[in-house]
Amino acid sequence: MKFLKYFGVGILFGIVMTKSEAISWFRIQEMFRFESFHMYGIIGTAVILGTILVALLKRSRLRNLEGEEIAFTPKRQTIIRYLGGGTIFGLGWAMTGACPGPLFTLLGHGIWTILVVILSAVLGTFVYGALRDRLPH
Amino acid sequence: MIFLSATGGLLEWVQQPWHWSISGFMIVVVMFLLLWFGGEFGVSSNLRTMCAIGGAGKRFEFFNYNWKGQIWNLVFIGGAVVGGFLAIKFLSSPEPVQISASTQEYLQSVGIKTPQNLEEGNGYVPIELFAMNQLFSLKGFLILVVGGFMIGFGTRWAGGCTSGHAISGLSNLQLPSLIAVIGFFIGGLLMTFLILPQILSL
Repeated sequence: MKFLKYFGVGILFGIVMTKSEAISWFRIQEMFRFESFHMYGIIGTAVILGTILVALLKRSRLRNLEGEEIAFTPKRQTIIRYLGGGTIFGLGWAMTGACPGPLFTLLGHGIWTILVVILSAVLGTFVYGALRDRLPH
Repeated sequence: MIFLSATGGLLEWVQQPWHWSISGFMIVVVMFLLLWFGGEFGVSSNLRTMCAIGGAGKRFEFFNYNWKGQIWNLVFIGGAVVGGFLAIKFLSSPEPVQISASTQEYLQSVGIKTPQNLEEGNGYVPIELFAMNQLFSLKGFLILVVGGFMIGFGTRWAGGCTSGHAISGLSNLQLPSLIAVIGFFIGGLLMTFLILPQILSL
């Protein structure tokens, strides 16, 4: 029962990803070619409203359903991992037209080749974990 | 009767392609619900959880953690699969995704047709790259397998993807997330303008 609510919000997320068209390979091409405002509008609206939400949550000290205060952990202030990892992810994003959330939504669309992308992404994560100590962060 | 026509109207309204501001707002609703439930909005960590469940923790410290605490996130993306199914089955738009004319023109020049009507496709993924038989072509293999690998490797090295950095991280005014998003664009632009045209001409 504890997980049912996450399943529900996951369904909502899948619907939002589909209707927003953020999972469209064509939309991602359009975005990186700066030929439409659509994706920038979505992410921009989400970041502006999200910033307000996070500020309000911090101020109100709202407790989550588990009874704990909603906490935001600051990220470590380094550069290499964010720039390096971000660039590699960006290459993959522009190639497949999908980031992790859309991958799972597209699977629901019945695009079976997406399973190959998901499995490759799991493999990529595994290789990162294997090489982690040798990578700069 | 009034109820029926009201729900019918609502359904019709939801089926329309959403304005970007509605979509952006709804993403924040999803983020809020996850935070309120006790989770957080970050999809790529599920890939790590999958490795951990597969037993990768026996060999590599990075996967040796209590993944049971992440099951809620797997349930969330399981829901996303079902949500994608429901949306495409019952809430799909009366026309394919409307892509700008200049992007369409460019894609045409590299051999990818943008669907003009629902018979040609709904405009989510191009069949030229995502049809089953493409897996056995060099082009399809590169895009699906190498592309997927870079998503998994890159997101974990960067510690997050679009949801974790671009939405959650930027909303929390995290400078590292801004650096990551700059990285997303460096990689995305390199791929879009330099590498992808080469791959598509294979």
